Amino acid sequence: MSNEATIQHDTHTHDTHDAHAHHEHAHHEHKQHFLSKYVFSMDHKIISRQFLITGMFWAIAGGLMSVFFRLQLGFPDQTFSVLSKFLGEWARGGKMDPEMYYGLVTIHGTVLVFFVLTGGLSGTFSNFLIPLQIGARDMASPFLNMLSYWFFALASVVMFSSLFINTGPASGGWTTYPPLSALKEASMGSGLGMDLWLVSMAFFIISSLLGGLNYIVTVLNMRTKGMSMTRMPLTIWAFLFTAVLGVLSFPVLLSAAVLLLFDRHAGTSFYLSEIFIAGRALPNVGGSAILYQHLFWFLGHPEVYIIMLPAMGMASEILSTHSRKPIFGYFAMILSLIGITVLAFLVWAHHMFVTGMSPFLGGIFVLLTLLIAIPSAVKVFNWLTTIWKGNIRFTPAMLFALGFVSLFISGGLTGLFLGNSALDIHLHDTYFVVAHFHIVMGISAFFGMFAGIYHWFPKMYGRFMNNTLGYVHFFITFVGAYVIFWPMHYEGVAGMPRRYYEYSAWESFKQFGELNQMISVAAIIVFFAQLLFVFNYFVSVWKGRKVTDPNPWKANSLEWTTPILPGHGNWDGPIPEVHRWAYDYKDNGEGGDFIPQHIPLREGEADEHH
Amino acid sequence: MSGLLLVLLVALIFVVLYQVARSSEMVARIQGEEVFDKKRNKILAFSMLVLMVAFFVGIYACHRYMMPLMAPQAASDHGKNYDFMFFVTLMVTGFIFVLTQILLFWFAYKYQRTGEKVPFHFAHSTKLELVWTTIPAIAMAVLVAIGLKAWFTMTSEAPKGAMQIEIVGKQFNWISRYPGPDGVLGKRYFTNINDKDNILGLDWKDQKNMDDIIVPNGELRLIKDKPVELLIGSRDVIHDVGLSHFRMKMDAVPGITSRLWFTPIITTEEMKKITGNENFVYELSCDQMCGKGHYSMRAVIIVETQAEHDAWLAKQQSYYAQNHTTEAPAAEAPKVDSAKSITMNIK
Ligand code: HEM
Ligand SMILES: [Cu+2]
Ligand SMILES: [Cu+2]
Repeated sequence: MSNEATIQHDTHTHDTHDAHAHHEHAHHEHKQHFLSKYVFSMDHKIISRQFLITGMFWAIAGGLMSVFFRLQLGFPDQTFSVLSKFLGEWARGGKMDPEMYYGLVTIHGTVLVFFVLTGGLSGTFSNFLIPLQIGARDMASPFLNMLSYWFFALASVVMFSSLFINTGPASGGWTTYPPLSALKEASMGSGLGMDLWLVSMAFFIISSLLGGLNYIVTVLNMRTKGMSMTRMPLTIWAFLFTAVLGVLSFPVLLSAAVLLLFDRHAGTSFYLSEIFIAGRALPNVGGSAILYQHLFWFLGHPEVYIIMLPAMGMASEILSTHSRKPIFGYFAMILSLIGITVLAFLVWAHHMFVTGMSPFLGGIFVLLTLLIAIPSAVKVFNWLTTIWKGNIRFTPAMLFALGFVSLFISGGLTGLFLGNSALDIHLHDTYFVVAHFHIVMGISAFFGMFAGIYHWFPKMYGRFMNNTLGYVHFFITFVGAYVIFWPMHYEGVAGMPRRYYEYSAWESFKQFGELNQMISVAAIIVFFAQLLFVFNYFVSVWKGRKVTDPNPWKANSLEWTTPILPGHGNWDGPIPEVHRWAYDYKDNGEGGDFIPQHIPLREGEADEHH
Repeated sequence: MSGLLLVLLVALIFVVLYQVARSSEMVARIQGEEVFDKKRNKILAFSMLVLMVAFFVGIYACHRYMMPLMAPQAASDHGKNYDFMFFVTLMVTGFIFVLTQILLFWFAYKYQRTGEKVPFHFAHSTKLELVWTTIPAIAMAVLVAIGLKAWFTMTSEAPKGAMQIEIVGKQFNWISRYPGPDGVLGKRYFTNINDKDNILGLDWKDQKNMDDIIVPNGELRLIKDKPVELLIGSRDVIHDVGLSHFRMKMDAVPGITSRLWFTPIITTEEMKKITGNENFVYELSCDQMCGKGHYSMRAVIIVETQAEHDAWLAKQQSYYAQNHTTEAPAAEAPKVDSAKSITMNIK
């Protein structure tokens, strides 16, 4: 079978006779060079860790940027020596320059959305879990998988270097709308910084495509015997649709970026028309600045679900495992994933209600946008029913999964305000939007990711993360997230615009000064709580309590049938065959409350999943 | 130096926390994992209840703090519609919010692990799933219906006789233009722009421009109860005319004229009384990221009575006259009695 074929990609040809594989394997590990084992590795588990650690780097960097610009927002009339230390000329005397403020906001948004919650989240968990949970020895193409990481690394280097150039990083917001982003006269960040941003994003898109294609092919072709699609854990379904979304929409962003590069350097007018800037009228006529927004959001909206779906999948898995109950409404969950995936392509213009688009078209997008609330609601009700009458174990992973549901509800509901164009015409580009997407996407996807890390850390490193620190991390982050973002809804309802460097000159918004201060303080506390998580992670890699039971959570899915620290190829012996669906939490007849997927049906036992 | 101390302090806190955390794991080993896990699980389950209560108390406290700081009632007819819709949406989502959050935390508390237990095997129920697909679908249909009705009203053609004002964004201020006595805005084109004496690029061959009045700080003077249509443009990058008190906004895109109309219903003076704030002003904020001065792109809106407006208008000099003091005007501005048709054509 194709499963067995993949192992051939390993540095040496394995004996396909599985019984001997173990012995040989251990042998090879010794000879493997450090570089090929940890750096240019083709093992999906190592690549996954590379994605995770790069993602963590970006999360810290992006988080630190937010601390800096929150200092400005909370304390606009004070100076901070830490700013001048980090930002040098950009914060002379400890007061941040507006150019730098916008640069930090832009890079913060870009790296958190793309590098952390796309690369760091899908890259980590699709890579780690797809082969382990479907019963494959590796990805369909381990080589492309490795390339996918290295393109991500390249994108990261380019983006990082843009922070250190003379004219500063891109500063037009993570959406980088032209003409602002197209004309170097329009802002300093639209100089070299913007070129680096575009090049970096191009590398990132290549990385995403290589990864995504691999995930799709692997899920479709390399499932072990008995693992029909409808027996797959919901994590795999979620990763599959995430990859589909990415493969179909990222190329559109690439084209948007290429056209923008042309407008910047080749004198074309795709996005430019009738502009007078820096004392002269530009020759460009006939382009449309709005075209870019269509192209951007054709990716941009699916992108938010690219971020969301993996978190949904992992939360489903974790809620079920730690409630000791089957996931409720498995098929409804899949159907709603399909619904979300399809609708995600049909709602992009809800980001553009106030661009002067045809009101009729706007109406259509209102309808399609609010439709997305239905599959979202189904998922929430199914999660609630999953924990109902469960037998809940409050591991850190479980707490984060519960927090995920709470945040997803809060943020999803505010989407119903924004999706209605007659309300969005006031709320667009205010702090209401900032609150909406940070809660529903930023924080709740982070919660899904944390849940995943706490849950699968034992599989990654053969050790546990420290629980107590995990609980501290959870409570500070959960309370902090709401303290930071809840009041922003009010600011937005009052019309307070986003992406402002200072509000003190505005009669309508200056009354929120004290509140902004409070939010900044909360943001700084939450930032340090995340460092605590990073600390816990790295200390536990080397010092954590060792895992002794190969199935520490008593879960059903296949990854827990591998050795505690699986080598390249995952299973020492043959790949287990699957006989049942992934959520058979029920009386096993011997006093246990779960039956893993590889256990054959008992005499007379009906296969629940037909 | 202080930075170094801070880093050391944080590192110290982490190490202390870690030691505490380690020792709690030791305790677990001494007490036996089982007993310890049970105790801990109980505490954590209870904390779910605490979180829930804290959550709702926090929301209430936040609401109490925020409400006095919020914008006053809507100052336009569409805005009144908006306030109503916002309320309906808030009630619908608020209900779902309270219900689901309570269920979430309550279930978490109620169904904590108390020991081994035969799992309650409940994996599927078509009836339940149909119910909670249909109810949100109906709720959404209602919201869409109310929303689209309001949307199509506010995006309809401006009523006949609406006053027209042009508002143009540039880095980093607004410029407004009034049609003058002829009631018609003349043509303009970006190649005519120069910052010395033609900031909007008016075409001086177009007679309708001769009486147009330009206010370089973007001040908008609106008349109470008289519909106004804003013709929105930009000289350079995308800006956005944000009218938070009127609950509307519209992008200003170079190369395109976008439109927005509404009827102001409360004058600035009246609003000063309503808010009890002597300094109250309606403000126009730029709501689309446009560069480093974005946050300072402010203009003032004055809503006044017809009489006040007429008095103001009478004192204004046309932009042409301001910039061509020596020569005589090229021609007498023709009188046009209706502002009905939109003659301003940027192209
Ligand atoms: C019930 C479901 C949802 C609806 C109806 C909805 C609707 C909207 C609308 C209409 C906007 C545009 C607001 C504006 O700019 O004026 C928006 C913004 C946004 N939404 Fe949602 N949303 C929903 C769920 C989500 C989810 C699940 C995510 C992420 C996983 C998400 C992420 C975002 C982001 C990132 C933005 C802002 C992008 C930006 O302008 O920078 N939304 N949402
Ligand atoms: Cu969207
Ligand atoms: Cu602006």
